[in-house]
Parts: sequence; structure tokens; C-alpha cells
Amino acid sequence: MPLAEKYEKKVEAADLPQKTKDQLRKFLDEKELTDAQFKQILERVIAEYASTRIEACEAVGIIAAQSIGEPGTQMTMRTFHYAGVAEINVTLGLPRLIEIMDARKEPSTPTMTVYLESDYGVDRDRAREVSWQIEAAPLHEFGDITTDMENMQVQVHLNVKVCEKRKIATMEIMENAPKKIKDKRHYRDFESDIDEPRATLIFTPKDKESYQNLFQLAEHVRNVIVQGIDDIIRVVVRKEGGEYILYTEGSNLRDVFDVAGVDTTRTRTNNISEIASVLGIEAARNAIIHEAVSTLNEQGILVDVRHLMLVSDMMCMEGEVKQIGRHGIAGEKESVLSRAAFEVTVNHLLDAAVANEVDELSGVTENVIVGQPIQLGTGDVKLIAVRQQNN
Amino acid sequence: MSTKLNVLEHVMVPDHKIMSDEEVTELLTRYNISTDQLPKVYHDDPAVKSIGASADDVIRIIRTSHTAGRAEAYRLVIKRPKK
Repeated sequence: MPLAEKYEKKVEAADLPQKTKDQLRKFLDEKELTDAQFKQILERVIAEYASTRIEACEAVGIIAAQSIGEPGTQMTMRTFHYAGVAEINVTLGLPRLIEIMDARKEPSTPTMTVYLESDYGVDRDRAREVSWQIEAAPLHEFGDITTDMENMQVQVHLNVKVCEKRKIATMEIMENAPKKIKDKRHYRDFESDIDEPRATLIFTPKDKESYQNLFQLAEHVRNVIVQGIDDIIRVVVRKEGGEYILYTEGSNLRDVFDVAGVDTTRTRTNNISEIASVLGIEAARNAIIHEAVSTLNEQGILVDVRHLMLVSDMMCMEGEVKQIGRHGIAGEKESVLSRAAFEVTVNHLLDAAVANEVDELSGVTENVIVGQPIQLGTGDVKLIAVRQQNN
Repeated sequence: MSTKLNVLEHVMVPDHKIMSDEEVTELLTRYNISTDQLPKVYHDDPAVKSIGASADDVIRIIRTSHTAGRAEAYRLVIKRPKK
């Protein structure tokens, strides 16, 4: 009987994390041990684990702040080119890290990594088909647009071959284009006619006297998005690890999930607030950790994940993503003095005075300010004398 | 088509489970806390909606942790405050 099985119960019952248990099992599998030896090993593993755990009353926050802050000084101030993926610019380095911690609604360079379902992912042509469903394509890519100044109209002659190649019916384009100009571009001063046999779409401005209106209309007609998702400006198809993956410039998680062929279990975006609203707060927590770790690692900086996990946990504590700073975590602290010590001191003190706030002096900053021992480490322990009554 | 998306199947979403009353009491006595000291999650959070939890439920979240391999976390479902 293999050792791991023999001691399975004891290993499982031990107060150890899953990962350590798995490592222990793997180790035991290869060894010949007596019961006494096993007992000693288990005891030592437990003792070692206990000694690596953070102690109660330890100031983990400030350690995390130091551990992220110091390597942060080594980061490049401005980098724009993404190392691996050609052509798509992504904010990296310090600006990106600041962006993550500030919990911006929209990152400065939103991108998505779209994974495809297995039958689409292996075939370049099918991957390309999915990319057409995602990439925003304006009307002028589907045919010739002529501005007829004599008859005061804009004519769109759709190129049937292009439409076929892009897997979109000419009728669909012709029906959608006028609607999209009205809804998405908010331009309504025109009428449109469909000439189906010739695959031609004719736009006439309501005001037939003004050339300015005609050219304005022509501009809207050229640029109206008739295929794909409006927010996604560009899609690059790349082969990685035997499957095709789409990288996008621009991000819209919800709409991309609706496209046929997209793997809804792996597709991700770098827009954290979008993840929070589509996949939930726990996914956002994971996304913050993932984004922060990959931003730091890309710069060759190794920060222990536990610090980033702590930061991420704090940001996602209240059910929505909160920034680190005066509009988020630091601004919601209980203590007046602690908030005043962070930023905009006078405003906080004034508001607190108006609201008749009381400071309980329970945190670190407040006690430093008033010159008392802080409640951390040995400062958190109080000695109480228990008098022995022997006689 | 949006029926296709199952939030819980996404790799970034850990397992969410509603805890029974006994489990909640056990949890609260183990850490000597009250429910409002737990981290929160809004009732309209996509993961919460897909397991059908409502306000005042406590949810057990089983994360795959970078450090421990598997970690449990708990969140109290609350109503999203009005802006």
C-alpha cells in the first residue's frame, strides 16, 4: 500500500493549507517510512507552516504598502508598446499600476483577450469569422460611397463579394445602416431608400438646399458601424499554444460574450469595472490580482502575491470595487484624525466638527498623532494581574 | 443569445454557495463576530443572482488561492445602496 494512502486520514485532518497537503502527499508517495518517521515529518511540517504564518497583531497593511511601493519606484514611467502582442498598444508600468489601484471606470487602453470555443479555435478561417463579428466595421468598407451633388443624395453601392466574404447579408446592412445612424450617431435629418436588386442604399437629406448638410450626411454614412461591436476598434488574430486567440483594442465584455464561437469561460478584459458588473465582485478581485501581478512581472519586478491579494481584498470588501485613496478606502475610515492625516486635512476636520464626530482613537494613525502606544504587535496586548487568593 | 453566458463557469469566478443557518451560526461563533462584520456582496451581483441568493444570506466562496491552493471566504449579501 502506498504511503500516501496509508496516512491519508492524518494528512487530511492536519491543520494545513491544501497546497501544503498536496505537496506532502506527493513527497510521501516516493518514500519508505516507518510510523514514527511519518509522525515526526508531519509534526515538523505543521510547525514549519505555523512559523511562516503571519502573527496576530502584525501590521500587514504597511508591509504590503512598502513591498509594492519600493519596487514601484523602479518601474518605467511611460511605456506603451506591448511586448508580446504586435500592433496593439497597452498602457504598462507605473501608469497601469496606478490605474488599477485607482479603480478607474475605464482604463486608458482597454483590451480584451478573446478565447474561442474548441471548434473555432483550431481553424484560422473560422477564427477570422468570429473576429468579423467583433471588430467594428464602418459602412465604407462594404462598398463604394458616392456623393451625388446634382440630385442631392448619397449613394452606397454595396460590394456583394465583400459582404459574402464577411458573412453578412446585404439586406442586413441596408436595413441596419439608417437605423444605426439615427440611434448611435444621433443624426436624423435624412431619409433612406433601399434598392435591393442593385444592392444600393440611397440617403437624401431633409434639407435639399444645403451642401453642408449633404456632406455631413455623407460623413455619417461613411463611418456608421454596420458590423461588429461599436467599442471594439481593432481585432488581431494570433496563434498561441495551438489555438487561435483574438486580441482586441477596445473592450465590451457583455457584447463579446453574445458572439457565437466565443469561449465564455476564459475570455477576459483588462477593464476591471466591466468585470465587476458582468461577472461579479469575486471575479473583479481575481482580475485585480491578475492585472497587478502581470503588470509588475512584465517589468521584471517580483512582489509576493500576498501583498496584492491583501490590496485586492480591501478594494473589493464592500461589494463594489473601491479605489485606494481619499474617494475609496482611505476616505471611509472610521477615525477623523486618520482621514485628516491622509489628504485634504482641513476639509475633513471641518466636516467632522460640523457633524459632531467623535474619534475613538482605536487605529494606528490617530494614536501616533496624540502620542499614545499604537494597538499593534506588543501594543495590542494588555496585561491583567490575576491575584492569587491562597489563604 | 445571452442565455449562453453562465457566470459561474467563468475561470475568474470562484464557487459561490449559500450557507445554511447552522453553518452561519457555526461560522460566527468560530470567529466571534456578527454578520455585518463579514465582507459584503451586493444582491444584484451577477454571481449572487445566478445562485439565487437574496439579501441577508451569507455566501461561502471557495477560491483557488495562489498561496494556499484552496481558500474559503464569506460574504454577506446586502442591498445595493441607492446613489
